[in-house]
Parts: sequence; C-alpha cells; structure tokens
Amino acid sequence: MLPLIGILIVIVGFALRLNALLVVTLAGVATGLASGQSLPDVIAAFGKAFVDSRYIAIVWLALPVIGLAERSGLKERSRDVISRIRAATAGRVLLVYLALRQITAALGLVSLGGHAQMVRPLVAPMAEGAAENTHGDLPEATRERIKAMAAGVDNVGMFFGEDVFVAIGSILLIRGFLEQNGIVVEPLQLARWAIPTALCAFVLHGARLWWFDRQIARQVAADAPAGEQAS
Amino acid sequence: MIKLEAIYVLMGLLTGGIALVNARDDSNPRRWRNTLFWGVYAVLFLAGSYLGDLTNGILVLVMVATAAAGLGQGTRETATAAGRSASAARYGSRLFVPVLIVPLATFAGSVLLKDLTVGGLPLVDPKQVTQIALGIGTVLGLLAGLVMLRPTVSAPIVEARRLMDSVGWAAVLPQSLAALGAVFAAAGVGKVVSTLATTWLPLGSPLAAVVAYAVGMALFTMIMGNAFAAFPVMTAGIGLPLVVQQYGGDVVVVTAIGMLSGFCGTLMTPMAANFNIVPAALLELRGRYGVIRAQVPTALMLLVVNIVLMSVFAFR
Repeated sequence: MLPLIGILIVIVGFALRLNALLVVTLAGVATGLASGQSLPDVIAAFGKAFVDSRYIAIVWLALPVIGLAERSGLKERSRDVISRIRAATAGRVLLVYLALRQITAALGLVSLGGHAQMVRPLVAPMAEGAAENTHGDLPEATRERIKAMAAGVDNVGMFFGEDVFVAIGSILLIRGFLEQNGIVVEPLQLARWAIPTALCAFVLHGARLWWFDRQIARQVAADAPAGEQAS
Repeated sequence: MIKLEAIYVLMGLLTGGIALVNARDDSNPRRWRNTLFWGVYAVLFLAGSYLGDLTNGILVLVMVATAAAGLGQGTRETATAAGRSASAARYGSRLFVPVLIVPLATFAGSVLLKDLTVGGLPLVDPKQVTQIALGIGTVLGLLAGLVMLRPTVSAPIVEARRLMDSVGWAAVLPQSLAALGAVFAAAGVGKVVSTLATTWLPLGSPLAAVVAYAVGMALFTMIMGNAFAAFPVMTAGIGLPLVVQQYGGDVVVVTAIGMLSGFCGTLMTPMAANFNIVPAALLELRGRYGVIRAQVPTALMLLVVNIVLMSVFAFR
C-alpha cells in the first residue's frame, strides 16, 4: 500500500490547486522514499528520468517563429481570412479542424497538428474570429470556452485518429505486450478495431461542436446588457 | 549523424536566450527568478547528458523550488495593435508561410530523413527521426520568417520569451510527469493498483469484467497521465485473465478498445499535462482546467461507447 502515497499526494495536490510542478516532484520523492530508496538515490532517479525525457520539450522550438509571426499580425490575418467566409462560425471552423486532424492522424500524419504548431497560431484565432464576426465583441468567458474547445479538438482528433494507423506507438505497444504473453496479432487487425470508436468520436464531438454555436449565442446574449437585447 | 543531442543544443540556446531577455527586463518584478528558472533549464539541455544523475536531480529541484516561489512575466508590449494590423495588411496570407513550414517540414522530414544515408551511415538517428524533423522544421520556419519579415536580430528570442513566460513552469510539467511515471513504475505502483482492482471489483460476469477493464483503463490512465503506462498493468490484471481467458473475449477487440478507453482517461486528467495543462497555459486561459472541462463530456460518452462496443463485438 505504501507506494500509493504518491498517488494520494497527486490527487490532493491537484484538487487543492497547488503548484503542479511542486506536487509532482513531492509525489515522486515520497514514492521513492516509501519504496525504501535513500534520498540521494530518489533525487538522482528523478533527475535521470527528467533528462531522459527532454525530447518532450522539443515542440517549444516552434515558439520563436510563432512569436515572430504573431508580432507581424498573424492572428489579425487569421481573423481577416475567416471573416471573408460567410458561413464560418466557431463551431464549424472547429468541426473542419476536427475532421482534418482525425483524417491526417489516421494516415499517420500526427505531426501536422499540435497545440503550439496549429492551435495557438491558427485554429484558435480563426474560431475566435468567426465568433466575433457573428456576435461582435465577445465576453471573456466565451473567449475562454472557444480557446479551450479548440485545444480539445486537437486532442480528440489526434487520440481517436492515430490508432487507425498501423504503425503508431499504441498499436505497436499492444502487439508487443501480447507477444510477450504468447499471443501473436497483426497490427492491421488492431487498427481495424480502432475504427468504430474513431467514427463515434467524430460523431459525438462533432455534435457538440454543432451545438457549440448555440451555446456561444446564448452566452453572448446573457452577457449583453438588458437594453441592448430589447432593441 | 544528427542525434537528438544537436536539437538539445538548440533548446539550450532558446531557453538560455529566454533567461537573458528576462535578466534585462525590469518590467518583470520577478525577473531574477525567471532568469534562474530558464537558465537552469538551459544547463539541463546543454549539459544534462554529461552531468551526473544526482547533479541533474538537484538542478531539477532548483527549478521546482523557483517555480513554487512564483515566476513573473514582463509587461512591456512588443508590438502595438495598430502595428500588427498594418503588418497584417502588408504581408497578407504570406504570414501563414513560416508557421505552416513547421508542421509540413516535420512531416516531410520524418518521411524523407528516415532512409537518407551519407557514406553508409544514416544521416539522422533512425530512432529519433520525428523529434529531429520537428527541430529542423522549426529552424526552417524561423529562417523563412527572418527572410520574409526582416525583424531586428533579437525579435525571435524576445517573442519566444513572451510566449514561454506566458506558459511558465507548465512548460516543464510534462517532463516532470514522465519522471514521476518512471518512479511509480520502479516502486511497483501498477502491481498494487491491479491487485486492489481484482480484489475489490465485482467481476462475476462478462459485462462486469468489461466495465471493470474499460473503466480501470480510464481511471489508471488518469492517475498515470498516460494510457501506455496503464495498458500493461490493467491488461495483465483484468483484460487478459478475465475478459479474454475466463469469459472468452476476442483478444484483438478487447485490447484495441481497451487502449482507446485509456485515451478517454487521458482527456480528463491534469496528469496528461502536455495535452491538457500546457495548451491551457499556451492559449492563456485563466482556468487551468479549462481544456479538461471542455473534453470531459466527450470522454465520458466515448467511454460508454467503448464499453458497449467491447461487450458487443468481443463475445460474438
């Protein structure tokens, strides 16, 4: 039971909204100590694992070019482009991105999306811009919702698209795990059984995006002063 | 051969530059903390492979302590709204070019570089092609931006600092969570959890076993922040022995949909920081859990879908 102390620290820490970086580090140290390691050993193990996973941070190399383009008016341009498409709404912009993200991920093109590469510079400003075209200036809460949905679309599209591709990490992990247990399966069989969930993910999340425009309209109307609503 | 180490040098230069810009910015009341935080991160990128594990661990603790004390953010605007609008009108849709080069070059690189050899040796470390292609893609995108926009020399790093400080310590969270996952695995957390699950859950019917496996995948993924870490534990504990062997479920259907049930958990947990917490920071949301909140309804509906699909198709 003692190793579970780390899980407890994480749950309590996140629930109390303490600094997550601190919570995670404390949980790691506590778990290591609880399993009988000495403090220097625990710190060394944590340091090694941190350094070994530096590759996760490579995506931040995109920040100079994105910042540069933003300084030169990238977001303004994104909104301008979307304003020329009459039919564009926040929900529809995100629906199109969901379809693109899921299809490209299913073809193995996972690297064509991402929060730093696509959502922050392009998708979120376009969705926001589309909502502004319909409703004018948006309340802050609505902006938050739109940006959060934009990030969520990237995740849902990738998670439930990539597994349809045979050479993705998760398929290979399942295959490797089963092989260790003496069961041989073909990656293609596994990928095939990712398709029903993928289709349901598109339908369900797509339906939420379809509803999203109405939610925005309601939120904007509720935020507007009563006098304006009457006119 | 180009290895990840070369890309880490770029990361070291980026984070080191961010530390320097912070050191010179007196509009940030906590500038020295930011300088320390990003400076130490730069050291871990440039020298992490050569320092000892304990030294690296202590450096990580220094970063964590600095972050816990609180980082700040410079308030000086780098461009006016009027300036950005004028520039947007001037460059038009060409502004998309440098930004789109990053994902396109990453994709092209990960396909083309895989088989490229120079003098019989692969040009790029074959195990790390995607990461290296991403690094190269960002450099190409930046070069295109520099040629097209002709900014001052310091502009890219000043802008990167603006974005990085708006993300703050959350930028480092995914790496800390990966480290936590390694510690959990070494301490045998997975075994304890799967023992608990099989001891306490009612598993007396095929449907109950399917529900326990799918929900267990989602919950354990939420704890570990990663479906890959949950999969071997839950599948060895419930999926294989019960759903497949005892009740005769189809192993392909069960494991494929089991993994997807884990992904539902990924959508609902702050432990999957790079998918849920980092984008909230990157998009400058005020609510740290805003992205998770947007995803929970879809995740729960899909978990039900997975349970239905598994119980219908695994026992045909």
